[in-house]
Amino acid sequence: MEFQIIWFVLWGTLWAVYFMLDGFDFGVGILHSFLAKNDAEKRVIINTVGPVWDGNEVWLITAGGATFAAFPTTYALMFSYLYSALLIILFALIFRGVAFEFRGKVDSDSWKKGWDIAIFLGSFVPALLFGVAFGNIFQGLPMDAEGYHGTLFTLLNPYGLLTGILFVLLFVVHGALWLSVKTNGGISTRASMIANKTWYALLIVAVLFLIYTAFATNLYANYLQSILWFVVPVIAVLALLGIKLFASKGQHLKAFYSSCLTIVMVTFTGVIGLYPNLIPSSIDPKYSLTIFNSSSSIYTLKIMTVVALLFVPVVIAYQIWVYRIFRHKLTVDGVMKDEEAY
Amino acid sequence: MDALTLSRLQFAATAAFHFIFVPLTLGLSILTAYMETLYVRTNDELYLKMTKFWGKLFLINFALGVVTGITMEFQFGMNWAEYSKYVGDIFGAPLAIEATVAFFMESTFIGLWIFGWNKVSKKVHALSIWLVAIATNLSALWILLANGWMQKPVGYILRNNRAEMVDFMALVTNPYGWLKFSHTLLSGYVIAAFFVMGISAYHLLKKNKTDFFKRSFKMGATFALFTSILLFIVGDFHAAEVAKSQPTKFAAMESLWETQKAVPYNLLVIPDPANERNAVEAIGIPKLLSFLAFHDGNAEIKGLKEFPKGDRPPVMITFLSFRGMAALGILFMLLSLISYVVSKMDRLESNRILLRIMLYSIPLPYIAGQLGWLVAEVGRQPWIVYGVLRTSDAVSKAITPSQVWVSLIGFTLFYGLLGIIDIYLLTKYSKKGPDDDLSSIIKMSREV
Repeated sequence: MEFQIIWFVLWGTLWAVYFMLDGFDFGVGILHSFLAKNDAEKRVIINTVGPVWDGNEVWLITAGGATFAAFPTTYALMFSYLYSALLIILFALIFRGVAFEFRGKVDSDSWKKGWDIAIFLGSFVPALLFGVAFGNIFQGLPMDAEGYHGTLFTLLNPYGLLTGILFVLLFVVHGALWLSVKTNGGISTRASMIANKTWYALLIVAVLFLIYTAFATNLYANYLQSILWFVVPVIAVLALLGIKLFASKGQHLKAFYSSCLTIVMVTFTGVIGLYPNLIPSSIDPKYSLTIFNSSSSIYTLKIMTVVALLFVPVVIAYQIWVYRIFRHKLTVDGVMKDEEAY
Repeated sequence: MDALTLSRLQFAATAAFHFIFVPLTLGLSILTAYMETLYVRTNDELYLKMTKFWGKLFLINFALGVVTGITMEFQFGMNWAEYSKYVGDIFGAPLAIEATVAFFMESTFIGLWIFGWNKVSKKVHALSIWLVAIATNLSALWILLANGWMQKPVGYILRNNRAEMVDFMALVTNPYGWLKFSHTLLSGYVIAAFFVMGISAYHLLKKNKTDFFKRSFKMGATFALFTSILLFIVGDFHAAEVAKSQPTKFAAMESLWETQKAVPYNLLVIPDPANERNAVEAIGIPKLLSFLAFHDGNAEIKGLKEFPKGDRPPVMITFLSFRGMAALGILFMLLSLISYVVSKMDRLESNRILLRIMLYSIPLPYIAGQLGWLVAEVGRQPWIVYGVLRTSDAVSKAITPSQVWVSLIGFTLFYGLLGIIDIYLLTKYSKKGPDDDLSSIIKMSREV
């Protein structure tokens, strides 16, 4: 049994790290057209995530791969039940990826405008839909022995949409803080202002989310059984308050770390509430996909545990190393001079 | 059309599109890394210019390979849920390992390589493109071990209504997977070598930067010569493995209907699948097919009639694709040899016909690669996992034909658009040629 739990924790961690990292890419992508006063500033904004967005996105691919390897039944049913929603996320992510790479390759205003729209949609749509998807997973999907009794529009229920908005606001604040850390002067000031203002909206939505969760989902049941777990959502709330505390003092890096912590703890809050389910059934708990009834064999889980223990620390080490190499602030001058920049 | 047919079409289309970009990535990453290594070793700026020029084309191509790869991972669950449930225990592992050991490395160090020119030392910069090259090749290994398992399932038992892994090492050492990996890898190297030769030929025809493109062409030709010969040799071993593990695929590749011993190789064959025979069989070389299949001229080869009709793959596509691929493979060795000799003798500029041929040969290795995948995947039908699970039992139950219609049309339009943009950019930057001014990079990297 314990290997399923190990993989449940790893599964949650992969998603948490993915949202923490690609989250600021999404925020930057959503904000870049609104924050920049001219093309040079747009390029600065895009280049803050240039060296890292691709590596960040791999956390998603690994989360998908880990779901496949460790919980194949969940992988199969989740991906086929959410076919249309995933298709939209997929197109959006493809659009964003090529937009980053191709935007600067032709010197034409309409070319760049087109890719700017692609970057916006490729960031906003996945941010929203990942939230909608997780909101629906928290609530449970209408599924039974016969399969899934819903459509794309079933997912767009009030709780799903609220979770979607929560994700978008989290990532906008996160991305704005990233920009205020990674740039100087006008962009940094404007980004900081947006982070500070959006934070109020985030706070309101977060409170609504925590309350609505009690009515729409079963997530709190685990917490009531073992009060100690409440420490996770409490840290999430404290980290959320920390963002404002640091941001209003102009301590952007600390504010950014707080928003990292907020995103990770929000994800864990949901994941802990789900246990032992990966996808609950909203029709009857006996149809829920749990980590026990949808997992791979113990042999496979053991092999995958060894692989994860060997390689994930190495991945984390070299990603941190690359982040450190690119830790400096970007300036308009520097980006304009750099031929290789996006 | 039903969801099964549409899903098969969609998987074929998205995989074929993905495989336009991936093989060039496999080969061009190595060539670019080699160029940069030469620059670090010799300090010859021409090698730096080569790194920058071919590296730029590499990046334009790389972007589409990466993003279209996500589609492949998602589709196993989206369209092939029954497959994923049935084999996920053993098939999911190599995919997850691929992401963990290869995708992270590739995606992290490509960022360092693009943006790190002035931030790390020359050696570390060259190391980063080597890590990208190693990672892309490693990624090919794991996905082809996964595909190798679909072709020749090993290391599993059927238990709890699914295929469960019992021997991970059997999966990792599956000879089918390694042959598929070597063959695919080498085909990517040939694609890259012909790409470099073809674009160099374009500029040499225009007498543009001849020193730069002669050196590029020569590097491409040397790479092409080695890899095209190895490709053919590995291809021969691969076919022998198919004869052993997938008799129906092998019989379809050769359009062999009757079980025979000491089978000749007929140079001219026109299959007539409707009547379960060949309309024409001529110019036979005695015992050659038996020799190719089992390295024994008298060996028996099973014909298609040995198997129930429901277990046979489509003969025409498999046969034509295999013949086309093999013929192209021979052509590549010939062209590589001529190109190598001519560039070695420094006679490229006066051989305008060769240059023209090499320019128009750029698409040929791509076509051969696509034909190879048709042999591999169509030839495996009606099985999705050879002998274990039928393709018709693998499709998702939850998806409707209209959903897949929408996604198939969406992919076609979206990928079509991306393909046009990518070819436009590749052409634009290929024609533009190398930048002359590298002063900023050289100056700044000295400061590090």
